[in-house]
Amino acid sequence: MAARVGIPSSLFYYVHFPMWQTFFSELGIEVVVSGQTTKNLLDSGVKEALADACVPVKLFFGHVISLKDKVDYLFVPRMVCLNRKTIYCPKFLGLPDMIRHSLSGLPPLIDVQMDNREGFAAQWKAYLQIGGIFGFGRLKILRAYIKALAAAGRFKSLLLKGLSPPEAIDALFKGGSASPAALKKEGLVFAVLGYPYEVHDPFISVGLVNKLKKMGITVITMENISPARLSRANQLEKKMFWTFSDIALNAAYYLFREGAVDGIIHLTAFGCGPDSMVDKLMELSSKDYPDTPYMSVTIDEHTGDAGISTRLEAFVDMVKRKKEAREKLCQR
Amino acid sequence: MPKVTFPRMGESYRTFKMLMNDLGNEVIIPPRPNKKTLDHGVRHSPEFACLPLKILTGTYVETCQMGAEIIVTSGGSGPCRAGLYGQLHQKILKSIGFPVDIIVFEAPKSHPIDFIRKVNRLNAARLSYRGVWDCIKRGWEKLKYLDDAEKATHVVRPREINRGETTRVYREVLEWIDSAYTLKEIKEAGKAALEAIHQVPQDSSRQILKVGLVGEIYVLLEPASNLEMEETLGNLGVEVHRSMFLTGWTRDNTVKETSEHLSVKDAARPYIPLCIGGHGQETVGHTIIYSKEGYDGVVQMAPFTCIPEIVARTILTSVSREHNIPVLTFFLDEQTGKAGMSTRVEAFVDLMRRKKESGERPVAN
Repeated sequence: MAARVGIPSSLFYYVHFPMWQTFFSELGIEVVVSGQTTKNLLDSGVKEALADACVPVKLFFGHVISLKDKVDYLFVPRMVCLNRKTIYCPKFLGLPDMIRHSLSGLPPLIDVQMDNREGFAAQWKAYLQIGGIFGFGRLKILRAYIKALAAAGRFKSLLLKGLSPPEAIDALFKGGSASPAALKKEGLVFAVLGYPYEVHDPFISVGLVNKLKKMGITVITMENISPARLSRANQLEKKMFWTFSDIALNAAYYLFREGAVDGIIHLTAFGCGPDSMVDKLMELSSKDYPDTPYMSVTIDEHTGDAGISTRLEAFVDMVKRKKEAREKLCQR
Repeated sequence: MPKVTFPRMGESYRTFKMLMNDLGNEVIIPPRPNKKTLDHGVRHSPEFACLPLKILTGTYVETCQMGAEIIVTSGGSGPCRAGLYGQLHQKILKSIGFPVDIIVFEAPKSHPIDFIRKVNRLNAARLSYRGVWDCIKRGWEKLKYLDDAEKATHVVRPREINRGETTRVYREVLEWIDSAYTLKEIKEAGKAALEAIHQVPQDSSRQILKVGLVGEIYVLLEPASNLEMEETLGNLGVEVHRSMFLTGWTRDNTVKETSEHLSVKDAARPYIPLCIGGHGQETVGHTIIYSKEGYDGVVQMAPFTCIPEIVARTILTSVSREHNIPVLTFFLDEQTGKAGMSTRVEAFVDLMRRKKESGERPVAN
């Protein structure tokens, strides 16, 4: 029987899942995911994780708990740095250690370190190591790795076409539609900025993106903007240290400067360390661009549906009114 | 003369005051963080920023109101947030109407030219490089004696016969070190200070517990931010060993890595194999070393939302079990009250004492 590897559907799932899934299935290994977040999943995570941790980490614990009895291996790589410039948040650096030392009865963890600062081929070496755990030869691993890279490339281009990560994953592996919903000519365009594991998890974000879509608003996220544009938009003399924070902040700078959207919503988790700085910098920069309204929404494990809806409706109404007033002014 | 100020971290401001004066600047001494400082800080800082950032914002606002023009602070290369504080503070201060200059010193090892340029900026008296080096050398000596004096109080305080005497003597000798100027004077004052602290009448028959303090550097070093944890423990008859001092940290981070530092990393390796920013790895490493040296317990202190310490805390649960050492954690923020903290510390000390009397842990010394 083929070995089963569990990949928790949280944190890096929204960024690297297509690559990992392709790599493992090319090697003939069965991949088991923990699926959509549910209330039970979150509750079990909250019980085990430290109270001071942020909600995505608690959620990750929950996903790991739901997977641990179903698989032979758990895939929790130690992601340090992939672009040779910025590293991931400290909690990702210590993620395998946190899981290992606070949960019991775990299957073996695959906690290979991925740090591209170590050298050009560091990522390939990491994948070689993963393949080695299952006893495959170099050639077979290389073939799977190349296919995985191609899948990652396809995933990225789908994102740039305007799909959200879950839609793109559907399109790649489940035959979902590969074209984004047609842009409406009229109506508002909002940017929802925030880390992929918060924005695209409908449970933890209390369906924020879907709520906006129901109100007839087109939503773009930071994955839909090309990385080259983002890195040019940087306005800080010292780069943000953390990859996702760097992208989110640059996306805000880019959108503020271009004036391409009607409103920006920053979604952040309660107690998030990097976001305390990102949010303040966005807020300070929003004062320079009064034409683009900005709102920050904080979520945690207790976030209520009604509260978020009220805030969103108020924000949308305000933006609509502002836009109408401006259009009237132009017509005169 | 440009008016210069800097963040306050324990008693180290005495050294920086001397150094900045020597370089020909007028120094605005940052006031000890208090209720007012925190009020300013909380008002202008992001909500989830850590306590050190809030205290620094408050301190900067206070010193700016006193007329500071240049703020000197340290940088960092991450992944700890502290490396970006300079940039964020600049923007915050500008937005509330204090367009001051913030000079951020990065590690000279990785930014040598930048370092020299910034030293030149501060060198208003146009001293030669040799002169600057002499100033730094004297400052370093002073810093070492300040740290040594503090270390001595940690040993003497739990054994003192008249409660509060150590603290009183300590306050007094700080002024001796503070007023010393030449290298010879500093050495004399420092030695006299250490002697005076050890002269405090002590009861050598008392049973003393030994506790290690680990955690994030700022809340460890600034007594106002940790609500005088060392004093509280000392008064309960606990000898404190703090894992971090400014001289120790600087030695580890500016020139080369010292052997002590390396052994801490080695100790932590089975639990955290790489630096996760801040002092998460050191927290775990020091806890293991304290356990091996026969300490009775460890107190971890960290600012609320400090991610490296959250990771460390998660791992400390199993370190505590495997190495049989009790650990008490405090996440500090602007809401922390002293009474609640004292109660928890007292209970912790009682537990350690009972454990020691029942002979579960090897007796220290």
